[in-house]
Amino acid sequence: MSEKNTKRRDFLFTATTAVGAVGAAAVVWPMIDQMNPDASVKALASTEVDVSSVNPGNTITVLWRGKPVFIRRRTQDEIDEARSVKMEDLIHPEKDEDRAKNPEWLVMLGVCTHLGCVPLNDKGDYNGWFCPCHGSHYDTSGRIRKGPAPWNMEIPKYEFVNANTIKIG
Amino acid sequence: MSEHEYKPKSKVGQWFNDRLPLLTLANHLTDYPTPKNLNYWWTFGGILTFCLITQIVTGLTLAMHYIAHADMAFESVEHIMRDVNYGWLIRYIHANGASMFFLAVYIHIFRSLFYGSYKSPREIIWILGIIIYLLMMAAAFMGYVLPWGQMSFWGATVITNLFSAIPLVGEGIVTWLWGGYSVDNPTLTRFFTLHYLIPFLILGLVVLHIWALHVPGNNNPVGIDIKKPSKDTVPFHPYIVIKDGFALLMFMIVFAFFVFYSPNILGHADNYIEANPMVTPAHIVPEWYLLPFYAILRSVPDKLLGVVAMLSAILILAVLPWLDTSKIRSAVFRPLYRQFYWILVADVLILGYVGAMPAEGLYLLIARVATAYYFLHFLVILPVLGFKEKTIPIPLSITEPVLGGNPNLAMAKQKESKIE
Repeated sequence: MSEKNTKRRDFLFTATTAVGAVGAAAVVWPMIDQMNPDASVKALASTEVDVSSVNPGNTITVLWRGKPVFIRRRTQDEIDEARSVKMEDLIHPEKDEDRAKNPEWLVMLGVCTHLGCVPLNDKGDYNGWFCPCHGSHYDTSGRIRKGPAPWNMEIPKYEFVNANTIKIG
Repeated sequence: MSEHEYKPKSKVGQWFNDRLPLLTLANHLTDYPTPKNLNYWWTFGGILTFCLITQIVTGLTLAMHYIAHADMAFESVEHIMRDVNYGWLIRYIHANGASMFFLAVYIHIFRSLFYGSYKSPREIIWILGIIIYLLMMAAAFMGYVLPWGQMSFWGATVITNLFSAIPLVGEGIVTWLWGGYSVDNPTLTRFFTLHYLIPFLILGLVVLHIWALHVPGNNNPVGIDIKKPSKDTVPFHPYIVIKDGFALLMFMIVFAFFVFYSPNILGHADNYIEANPMVTPAHIVPEWYLLPFYAILRSVPDKLLGVVAMLSAILILAVLPWLDTSKIRSAVFRPLYRQFYWILVADVLILGYVGAMPAEGLYLLIARVATAYYFLHFLVILPVLGFKEKTIPIPLSITEPVLGGNPNLAMAKQKESKIE
């Protein structure tokens, strides 16, 4: 065997392995990606909710993308409480002004950011929500104040279509 | 292993065996030399094989009636319970069978811990066992989701959300696991598929587990190496077969008690309410066999670290053969380890208890202390003990303690001087 021949084999070996690896990856990816949300799941992207019957101090829960969304019409006390909190007291600092553009309406995913349970209304040490699973307390702005949850409850994309209708998503 | 060449008696047997040596394998399994001092704690391997086969057979029959769809799963389970001939029996065997499986596997694991069965040269057997245990937990968790009750749904939500603790890619992984933006039909169908697959993976691993066992042979209560075959061994059949069979009968009495007299005592009443994504049950608890790890998860106030602690609690077992520095296998000859062993047993039971209680006040404090001790046992006590502990001299053969009562120092010394 000449030296030239060895190099030729090395090249063939490397090239074959590389092409084989790319081919295998191209077959594996569809097998993995088929588990991601499919077109029909993604199609359920938005929901419109009529909120005309919600009184101040009440919360309604609607289902969006399989998850509960809390829509709370807050009282003036709750708004004041949420807005008077100092940023340094928060685990995940976010201004209430940024979370509720229209201060009267708080729209957020009713999903605890710890492990995904649905927190209970008007419970907990901060007059907001309390998650019964592992004891996270949220304030009147849905911000995490105490417990294992790392973040505030998420605010979904939403807009007021008119004074009485909220479109989520 | 019997070293002699096995030759079937019949001509047909020889013809077949020359082409596929199944009869040689059967002969190896029946003649397999087993230490003659194995006690009843060694019968749980056989019991676990029985549990696995029971779960596969009852699972197959349930799958003939179950419908893996979010709209129909709950109803189809009720259909099994009420309409299918003996459906109630098959389902209760399957559901309680999972608990019995874990009961047996915990005894099996703690047997290994006491007698040092995980130590050289049996590390691979042990690690295969830990992988089987992990797969069992995955299978049990996904099986619990299939009835699509409240506990199914919220258990699935909480456990899959554990992955969201992973930085950066966590949320993406959870969405991928769900096949949507919450636990829903796509989640159910894939869990059913995997729940069906895993037992067969376990079966394959069990074959490897036993294969790896048959290389060095069984450990034994004295924990010393023995010659095989010798005066210290008996053939697997009939001696061990009969002993395992008797233990299995006793185990089946316990099993039958749960199936026939309290089939729901290990379950949770909330799982007879159909899954509702809008309402979380007031108190979510996993099945009893996962409670110690659940307690560890909740005792850490940080989400990511809690998940890390929980996984470490299981994975730490895989490196146990290297954490335990003692050369002596059996706790019988390790007076200090024996005490720490029982403290660990108590610690795990305490973790299990507080895992079932709300995570607040005194329970939380106890959970934290018990979690800290759990890791202390494996990471500090075991490595140090191997160097510091003054062990009792081990006997030279297992015949010695069998003939002369408890193994003791004087006897071993006497024997040693005789040999010299």
